[in-house]
Amino acid sequence: MSEVVVSGVIKRYGRVSALAGVDLTVPSGQLTAVLGPSGCGKTTLLRCLAGFERLDAGEIRIDGALVAGGGRHLPAHRRNIAVVPQEGALFPHLSVADNVGYGLDRAARRSDRVEEVLTLVGLAGLGDRMPHQLSGGQQQRVAVARALAPRPAVVLLDEPFSALDAGLRAGLRHDVRDALRADGATGVLVTHDQGEALSVADQVVVLREGRVVQAAAPASVYREPVNLWVAEFVGDAVLLPAVVEQGVARTALGEVPLAGAVPDGPVTALVRPEQVRLTTGTGGVAATVLRHDFHGHDALVGLGLPDGTRITARILDGDAAVALGSQVTVRVEGAARAFPTDPAPGRPSPAPVRLAG
Amino acid sequence: MAASTAAVAVALIPLAYLGVRTAEAGGDRIVAELWTERVGLLALRSLGLAGVVTIACVLLGVGTAFLVTRTDLPARRLFAVLAALPLAVPTYIAAFAWVSAAPRLEGFWPAALVLTLCSYPYVLLPVAAALRGADPAQEEVSRSLGRGGWRTFTAVTLRQIRPATAAGALLVALYVLSDFGAVSILRAETFTRAIFVALELGFDRTGALVLSSVLVALTVLLLAGETATRRRGAQYARLSGARRPVPRLSLGPARWPAIAALLAVAVLALGVPAVSLGRRLVAGTSRPGALPEVLTAAGNSLTVSLAGAALTMLLALPLGLLAARAPGPLTTALDRLAYLGYALPGVVVGLSLIFFGINVAYPLYQTRWLLALAYATLFLPLAVGAVASAAAQSPARLEEVARSLGRGPWTVLRTVTLPLILPGIGAGAALVFLTGMKELPATLLLRPTGTDTLATELWTSTAVGAYAAAAPYAVLLVVVSALPTWWLVARSGLLDREERP
Repeated sequence: MSEVVVSGVIKRYGRVSALAGVDLTVPSGQLTAVLGPSGCGKTTLLRCLAGFERLDAGEIRIDGALVAGGGRHLPAHRRNIAVVPQEGALFPHLSVADNVGYGLDRAARRSDRVEEVLTLVGLAGLGDRMPHQLSGGQQQRVAVARALAPRPAVVLLDEPFSALDAGLRAGLRHDVRDALRADGATGVLVTHDQGEALSVADQVVVLREGRVVQAAAPASVYREPVNLWVAEFVGDAVLLPAVVEQGVARTALGEVPLAGAVPDGPVTALVRPEQVRLTTGTGGVAATVLRHDFHGHDALVGLGLPDGTRITARILDGDAAVALGSQVTVRVEGAARAFPTDPAPGRPSPAPVRLAG
Repeated sequence: MAASTAAVAVALIPLAYLGVRTAEAGGDRIVAELWTERVGLLALRSLGLAGVVTIACVLLGVGTAFLVTRTDLPARRLFAVLAALPLAVPTYIAAFAWVSAAPRLEGFWPAALVLTLCSYPYVLLPVAAALRGADPAQEEVSRSLGRGGWRTFTAVTLRQIRPATAAGALLVALYVLSDFGAVSILRAETFTRAIFVALELGFDRTGALVLSSVLVALTVLLLAGETATRRRGAQYARLSGARRPVPRLSLGPARWPAIAALLAVAVLALGVPAVSLGRRLVAGTSRPGALPEVLTAAGNSLTVSLAGAALTMLLALPLGLLAARAPGPLTTALDRLAYLGYALPGVVVGLSLIFFGINVAYPLYQTRWLLALAYATLFLPLAVGAVASAAAQSPARLEEVARSLGRGPWTVLRTVTLPLILPGIGAGAALVFLTGMKELPATLLLRPTGTDTLATELWTSTAVGAYAAAAPYAVLLVVVSALPTWWLVARSGLLDREERP
């Protein structure tokens, strides 16, 4: 149960700034996901937290106590922060029970703490196995149990599920979140997988080029992204050129209400594909079906509007079937968000259609 | 880092000293020694021997490797073991066996034959490992693109094994250039023999020094040439993916000549020495007083090699750990320099350490420690390789995890790092120890007067034609050499059971 506060942290490798002034707070007892594309500095941030790297500037405090910064560098083994690396990194010469008990002192090792955390991760009774006798998913579970066992202040998870196949991954990440919660542990999960961050974390911190762009609850990051880059990074987005008049955006999809107060003028309006509804009746805009990507539970439909704009709609399986080339009517449900039309730094002018998966 | 630099410095003492002394001899003297018909002949003969043996070894090694790994040859595993076994026979013992069977055998071509039979496993082992490890998908793609079997073999398979073949050929060439025992016993006049004769019989130190320098120059040229021809990308990275057994070529009726050829090589490389040694052994052990002499020599070999292995591992530990943990240009340079010592002929190392002992470190002269230093120079790369691959068994990531679990650096070293790397380091030490047991030229030059080892006893007896007396030492040495050979063969994967498709 510990709060981690990171302020103004800078870390350079030669002339490259991996972290360019990171500020963030990890609330006690919660799971925070650090989300970003590869190369954004998220692994460096984790290594700085763990104490494997020295900071060039800034400071890190755990429950108010300074662990790094201002000339101080508490070595990794005194920080009470346990890591779960990407590939598990179990000690190959120790049994599962000895791996889990590695961070415990002698008395605690004899208590039933080892069996307790093994049960938490769903591996009760496998203490006598050797690591090479376990499957990849089981090895990751042991790595999580090993990190939890000494009741560290913070558990750091470095893309711990990325090496597993999709089916295993979903089950394991929810088990791991439940285990962390049951143990009351504070967790930081580093990932590049938006779905993973949004589905398991209490707080999502979006990192880009060594800086925090947004830190908020998963739903806020998805519904109220601070800029177009975040909007497109955390999910599929329909971006429409629009003109605002008295709080309403005029777009190729008709007039769409806006969330929040927006001054009049040209903007880019963000609509999520699930807000675009296909109807058969009137009261919408005509569109032609250009693509149909079936995903089972839902489908993404690519549509062309009469003025040439292309958009995406998400329809649930069981909705009326659509055929390629057929004419449909579309309208927008709910409010759109407006962003300044000036392209976000480092990003080309907003493309009208994104079918990003 | 500092420890590593010191280790390399110690390993390079002989080379540095050789340069200093040669320079002291003066330019005129060097030119006078160098521009003689004899030196020219020696150079031609040494290079010719290295060339002939290398070509023969590549043909024999690649052919055998292909037969045992890629065809449906009957009794493949047996033939694989038979083909690798000559490594266990030190060249001077093979030469001794041939001479004691046919005393008139001597000169260039017999030396080439014996050296080829002893050294072709140096090509066979890496090539066989490369052939087994090569991705069959590449050959399948080549065939699916319309290339026939033979064109696929030349365009894809031979390129896959090129780095392995080149590495093996380089080893053979270096080995032949630095070989002393076999060429001396078979009286093929090469540089190593000329150096030894100049020093031991003629007491001509300057002559020996100049000859050594030429030999070192040839060795360096060979190393540089290999580095230059090894093009970028020649070291193919194997892409990840499940390994599949490679489909085997059906030999059909061609398998009988193949078997006959492999058998003939085995008889020449193993049968002749075995029969010859066996016959002499009976006579040699029945000689009165043989047993105590053999035991004394074995004891000396043991202590000298143990000291050598201990010193070598002490120097290799920082270098190997550095190579595994902190790769970088400086590390690579240190690594290369250590290999230079490996390529140095034992005669040259022995010679330069004699001068070093007399002039700089007189307390060490005529002690086992000078000999241990020679072993360290000669075998450092062997030990560094073992330490580096052992260190890879304990990746830095594991240590980080251990520290994040609240364990201090010393506890991590004791509970994680050491348990993981000690077995590999032990194997490296054993390898150095056993290789030291059979080393001949440096031992011959540097042993304290009156201390005889297995190798030097064999040498002395052979020199006076006492073949029967030499036989027990030869047999013991073969037994000693067989152990590191087994380790090398097992590591090459030649003995792995085949995965069933």
